[in-house]
Amino acid sequence: MLVGVVNAVTEVEELCGRKLLRDGKLIRPQVGDEGVDLYVSTSSAGGGLQMLVAGVVKSMTAESAARAALGAGAIVMETIASNDKRPAYEQIERIRHLRPDMVLLSGGVDGGTITHVVELAEMLAAAAPRPRLGKGYDLPLVFAGNKDALQPVKEALDGKFRFTQVPNLRPVLERENLGPARQEIHELFMHHVMAQAPGYPNLMEWSDAPIMPTPGAVGLMIETIAREEGISVLGVDIGGATTDVFSVFSGKFNRTVSANLGMSYSISNVLASTGVANVMRWLPFTMSESDLRNRIKNKMIRPTTIPQTLEELKVEQAIAREALQLALEQHKEFATSLKGVQQERTISEAFDQSASGETLVDMMALSLLVGSGGVLSHAPRRSQAALMLLDAFEPEGVTQLAVDSIFMMPQLGVLSTISPQAAAEVFHRDCLIMLGTAIAPRGPARPGHTLARITLSGAINDDIELKMGDLRLLPLALDQKARATIVPQGKIDVGAGKGRAREVEVSGGVVGLILDGRGRPLQIPAEPAARVEALTRWAQALGVYPDAPHSKPPHLDAPHPNPLPKGEGVGDEVGGKA
Amino acid sequence: MAHAYTPGLSVLEATRVRRERRLPIEGEVVVTVGQRVHATDVVAKTEIPGAVYPINLANKLGILPADVASCLEVKVGDLVERGQTLARSKGLWGLFRTPLPSPVTARVESISSVTGQMMLRLSSTPLAVLAYIEGEVVDVTPGDGCVVETVASLVQGIIGVGGEKEGVLAALVDSPDVDPSPDDVKDEHKDKILVAGRHVSLAVFQRAAEVGARGLIAGSISDSDLVEILGYDLGVAITGSEKLPTTLIATEGFGSLPMAERTFKLLVGHAGRTASINGATQIRAGVIRPEIVVPLGPEARPRQAEAGEEGRLEIGTRLRVVREPYFGLLGRVAALPHEPIVIETEARVRVLDVHLDDGRTVTLPRANVELVIGG
Repeated sequence: MLVGVVNAVTEVEELCGRKLLRDGKLIRPQVGDEGVDLYVSTSSAGGGLQMLVAGVVKSMTAESAARAALGAGAIVMETIASNDKRPAYEQIERIRHLRPDMVLLSGGVDGGTITHVVELAEMLAAAAPRPRLGKGYDLPLVFAGNKDALQPVKEALDGKFRFTQVPNLRPVLERENLGPARQEIHELFMHHVMAQAPGYPNLMEWSDAPIMPTPGAVGLMIETIAREEGISVLGVDIGGATTDVFSVFSGKFNRTVSANLGMSYSISNVLASTGVANVMRWLPFTMSESDLRNRIKNKMIRPTTIPQTLEELKVEQAIAREALQLALEQHKEFATSLKGVQQERTISEAFDQSASGETLVDMMALSLLVGSGGVLSHAPRRSQAALMLLDAFEPEGVTQLAVDSIFMMPQLGVLSTISPQAAAEVFHRDCLIMLGTAIAPRGPARPGHTLARITLSGAINDDIELKMGDLRLLPLALDQKARATIVPQGKIDVGAGKGRAREVEVSGGVVGLILDGRGRPLQIPAEPAARVEALTRWAQALGVYPDAPHSKPPHLDAPHPNPLPKGEGVGDEVGGKA
Repeated sequence: MAHAYTPGLSVLEATRVRRERRLPIEGEVVVTVGQRVHATDVVAKTEIPGAVYPINLANKLGILPADVASCLEVKVGDLVERGQTLARSKGLWGLFRTPLPSPVTARVESISSVTGQMMLRLSSTPLAVLAYIEGEVVDVTPGDGCVVETVASLVQGIIGVGGEKEGVLAALVDSPDVDPSPDDVKDEHKDKILVAGRHVSLAVFQRAAEVGARGLIAGSISDSDLVEILGYDLGVAITGSEKLPTTLIATEGFGSLPMAERTFKLLVGHAGRTASINGATQIRAGVIRPEIVVPLGPEARPRQAEAGEEGRLEIGTRLRVVREPYFGLLGRVAALPHEPIVIETEARVRVLDVHLDDGRTVTLPRANVELVIGG
């Protein structure tokens, strides 16, 4: 492990022309032009931290336990709940076959059920799952359930697990307390799971902050940004095997992992999950089903290959849209308000029919959408990333779009535990590449009908009538801003309510200001010829592909804030995750 | 970077092949170092603990968990037959006590006074690990497994389905770029491992399975056929546990790609010899390739380096293109320009020039070629 770190630091030395190592060790603290003050590290521990979680009620404590594990950066292999409708022997059989890195057991509010929690502990003890990494060490188990059940739970698990206890993650029905469980998971990850990895003790000596699971660190960064700036943020990291979605809405952080949605190892699973027709709908040309299937399978078995032709690139970007959309759907289902909670309502709230357990994800309230992972961060043209984000996530109202340039978010996440302000500054200056802002009205309209009138002043002065079916790009460069007065028609909403005008400041980016009049939900013609025409027109509007008129190659974009490392090309699959 | 290292698939005429044969849990290794084994010999065995069957006595008998002990008719450690009474309800003044029969034959593992739950452990299942390849046991880890070694011809495929099989190799066609028809598969191909040419269709696979062929090796398969064969769409390339009568291995990929001529000649040249094959494929986290191993006998000596070593990309290196638009074509490295260039997609990538066997010289991303190891 340390060899890899030394190699990476050596490469950084070469790139920045600054001496960082002496005798194979980091120079610390910095002296003049040599060395660094701080070294932080994250780890994805051979495919990520894999956890088994259990709770009494599926939609309550078991779901809170899953949220804690995911928030800590884990992949939840299985969620066991007393009421998950599987017979107990089936649940035990399932647990027996898992090889997790850690178990999180919750259940019961404080003072609530004891029997059910102990029953879960007895099942875990009987199943005795073996740890994934290493031999001859006890699987760590965190108990974060009813405090009154502690003693019998401990007895039931005695000698079978490495037992630790933290405060109940759901002490009362109305409140989650995920922090202590998340922190304990990080501790155990470091001291027990990672400890099985060769070279770990040396790396530990180097690191000035605890080594965190990579997605856990990304989550911290997203949380920090949302908190520091008081905004709603949605982040996505699409890798070869998995896609992570992070969000902060109404101040609440959520993370989900779609373990089998990705662009190489899992690419075929995207097709299996969504179906051929849904991938085809993004292709601005026709292709036979068997051809598409074979191409996708060939990418699966040779995951490091890259598209050489434009047609191949379009196919991969079509699949990316579906993977992103599926991952968002899974995130929406998971990122909800607490379920089973009685709510006090005002009369007006009673009319809006909202219930407990509703998704927190509100695309109209979203301020910043950040994409990461090879297919987005290394798309040959930034406008391709922008259009993929718009197509897959369908942000509504006014939303800033960005991509993570070189997957710096995990490291910044760890840095945020030491200096949130420094992390936030680097995040905006060096980590993010601002693509621009999208204005997307929501509501029903017939093709060609006016959705909104948009008056722009400042860096752009224009008066635009945005019609249903239109996609337009206005030049608004990085560091430029414009004042937009958006007056939606009739039942159309841009964030201030149906038909109500909104005045906002919009920021530019390497793509510009995008006016998306394609409808929310997005309307793609079903008829093949009309679909090809619409997709081609939209791609041309944003100059997405080189075959579009007035398009320009990416190398003529605004100066790249992060020059590519030697030998790594845009378009290469060099995203930060597998 | 002065060099690029590109993984490739091995096609080796005579190499040393070692295969670890390990038990999933502790057990007994029944061979010794130096012993010669056949592919179907058992080298290690163990008992897989039985499944756990929980039964909540308190709920079933309508009593408090703390009272379960007083109602029991069995104790921890007892072997109980299906239907045997585990406990009786308290009844009315000690009378009319309803028996609770055991739903399974199992051993009583635990009884909880907190939950009233009894854990019944079903009987264990014997598991034997076979040698898989004919060869010599060169290492034994007591309780865990052994290593079998042989000198063999080794061909790695790119994707396979179905597990370990052993059988005599037979050719279905006489050229690597011919598609076999179902009529090419005869009854005499029972128990054989069949070497096909370019592409095997669903009908050919079904015919091979019908006659009882143990394996089918072809250049390529179609994904839609694979969906039919498996009964589901393969989402992630982790295979090998499919219960198929005929293990299927593609050496080149999906679509209609002829088997590399060297691969075809090597396999067909061994017609009549016994081979061991395994369709198990894993692309991520410890790559496993499907393989065809043809042991050459105890006297054979290795002539090539072992598989699994990554080759170096140099001028003249033999390679195959593994992505459109030249997918499946073979050639040799003609140039390795250092600076990245902009390709059709506008991606700026490191490339190489390849002199294809058909005479053309083309420029390709380095990521899109694969070494032909042994070539």
